[in-house]
Amino acid sequence: MRANGTVFKYGSNVDTDVIIPARYLNSSDPAELAAHCMVDIDPDFVNKVKKGDIIVADKNFGCGSSREHAPISIKASGVSCVIAETFARIFYRNAINIGLPIIECPEAAKGIEDGDQVEVDFDSGKIYDRTKGTEFQGQAFPPFMQKIIQAGGLVNYINTR
Amino acid sequence: MGMTMTQKILAAHAGLDSVEAGQLIEADLDLVLGNDITSPVAIREMDQMTVETVFDKDKIALVMDHFVPNKDIKSAQHCKCVREFAHRHQITNFFDVGEMGIEHALLPEKGLTVAGDVIIGADSHTCTYGALGAFSTGVGSTDMAAGMATGRAWFKVPSALRFVLKGSLPAWVSGKDVILYIIGKIGVDGALYRSMEFTGEGVASLSMDDRFAIANMAIEAGGKNGIFPVDEKAVAYMREHSKKEYTVYEADEDAVYEQEYIIDLSALEPMVAFPHLPENTKGISQIQEEIRIDQSVIGSCTNGRIEDLRCAASILKGRKVKKGVRCIVIPATQAIYLQAVEEGLVKTFVEAGAVVSTPTCGPCLGGYMGILAEGERCISTTNRNFVGRMGHVESEVYLAGPAVAAASAVTGKISAPAEIG
Repeated sequence: MRANGTVFKYGSNVDTDVIIPARYLNSSDPAELAAHCMVDIDPDFVNKVKKGDIIVADKNFGCGSSREHAPISIKASGVSCVIAETFARIFYRNAINIGLPIIECPEAAKGIEDGDQVEVDFDSGKIYDRTKGTEFQGQAFPPFMQKIIQAGGLVNYINTR
Repeated sequence: MGMTMTQKILAAHAGLDSVEAGQLIEADLDLVLGNDITSPVAIREMDQMTVETVFDKDKIALVMDHFVPNKDIKSAQHCKCVREFAHRHQITNFFDVGEMGIEHALLPEKGLTVAGDVIIGADSHTCTYGALGAFSTGVGSTDMAAGMATGRAWFKVPSALRFVLKGSLPAWVSGKDVILYIIGKIGVDGALYRSMEFTGEGVASLSMDDRFAIANMAIEAGGKNGIFPVDEKAVAYMREHSKKEYTVYEADEDAVYEQEYIIDLSALEPMVAFPHLPENTKGISQIQEEIRIDQSVIGSCTNGRIEDLRCAASILKGRKVKKGVRCIVIPATQAIYLQAVEEGLVKTFVEAGAVVSTPTCGPCLGGYMGILAEGERCISTTNRNFVGRMGHVESEVYLAGPAVAAASAVTGKISAPAEIG
């Protein structure tokens, strides 16, 4: 499995309130949540994002509230992968559980810039910046989490057991 | 190798003699929690699972607290969805308007969280119950769904940071100031993926309400959980509120901690976290500039308990909220509300010109009941001051304890409680 897209780059501590503000949490519909994704940090995001695009951020991405609406809105907006130096732990769990690919890679978070064309190979964990011609090795998931991801999320994983 | 308190609880619930940091385990759950925002997503996920019903109707708590009494039609639809689910599966602990309170104040009060439990909740402040010596942590809706269906959850056993508390708190300083001080010291990801284990002789001097406030904000340092040893005060609290059996776990003497911090409680002062991160803290005496406020919020799962209201009332008694400032007081549960009425605190608030709301998470997350306009500033006893957290993206939230929030409501600017004598 591979992801390929244009990068939206953000800094540290991107919290779930700016990913999807609580004023939109009276809905749980993925398409409606996607329509407001990143609005309080990047109002243009929803107009610019294309299917397959990639978010790259510095440390502690997804901190704050446990709202699963945050990774749901990112996934439903078409984003194929989030790369960060580190993720907040609840966001990390949620992303795996709903099948939004995420990769921790401090070097990639530093080296990749906004607008770069990036390709990710999930099997090897390799990240290629096609704009700069650079390459990074992301951290592979432990086997247990790979099983959840391969099943397409926690619901399917439980159903197959 | 010795285990921390958290590791011991997790080992026991995974049926293992011992665990170590980094190990992936599956643990039995004593309680699974959801609210009116996260439960509808979990219910949708559970409907896709090949299970007939929940694992144990007595071990699930559904609390309608974020947008109730419903602020709009969509919120009402969400609550209806949860209400019907609770009825369909005969959920014992479903708390609707009239019985509800802010979940993390309500569940300990109802005796549903006790020492030694493993608890997950689809709300990040689920870590609050560590005050009673439980392992409790926030998760998302899919984890909640899996927990409701199977009674189990997967965890990576956390490594630990140890906070040794010494001495006792000075006047006007509370648990909120302790945790803000710690977050300021270690940062909003200072405890990422780790447990925060509080210990030391200073613990005994902290009230249960102080401990709830401290454990509550472990997530604001990125922590997986915050946990306190079970002492006489914790046991007395559980005996008063709960019929559940509890189990006391103690850390091994040779337990491994990544880092140890010694905190002298007697040296602390009221703290304020500046926008837009809880780590941007200053002691009140270090604030030189005048910071005018438009609103003061006293409440939330962090600081809506009776001691918080007593503290605020002691400052507001016989004084007036500054003209031009909106002061919103939110008792966290119906029982706290009633106690505040009986103790005359509500009278004090209303006479001072504050408004007193039914229990709700409302303003804390910018839902309703105190939303900020562009350029407005709020001092708040809540737990997050992110961009746009309480309303407009150009508004500002300053976090503090109830003493500073009440004093600031009187003066109209961020003020030390001692200042207004």
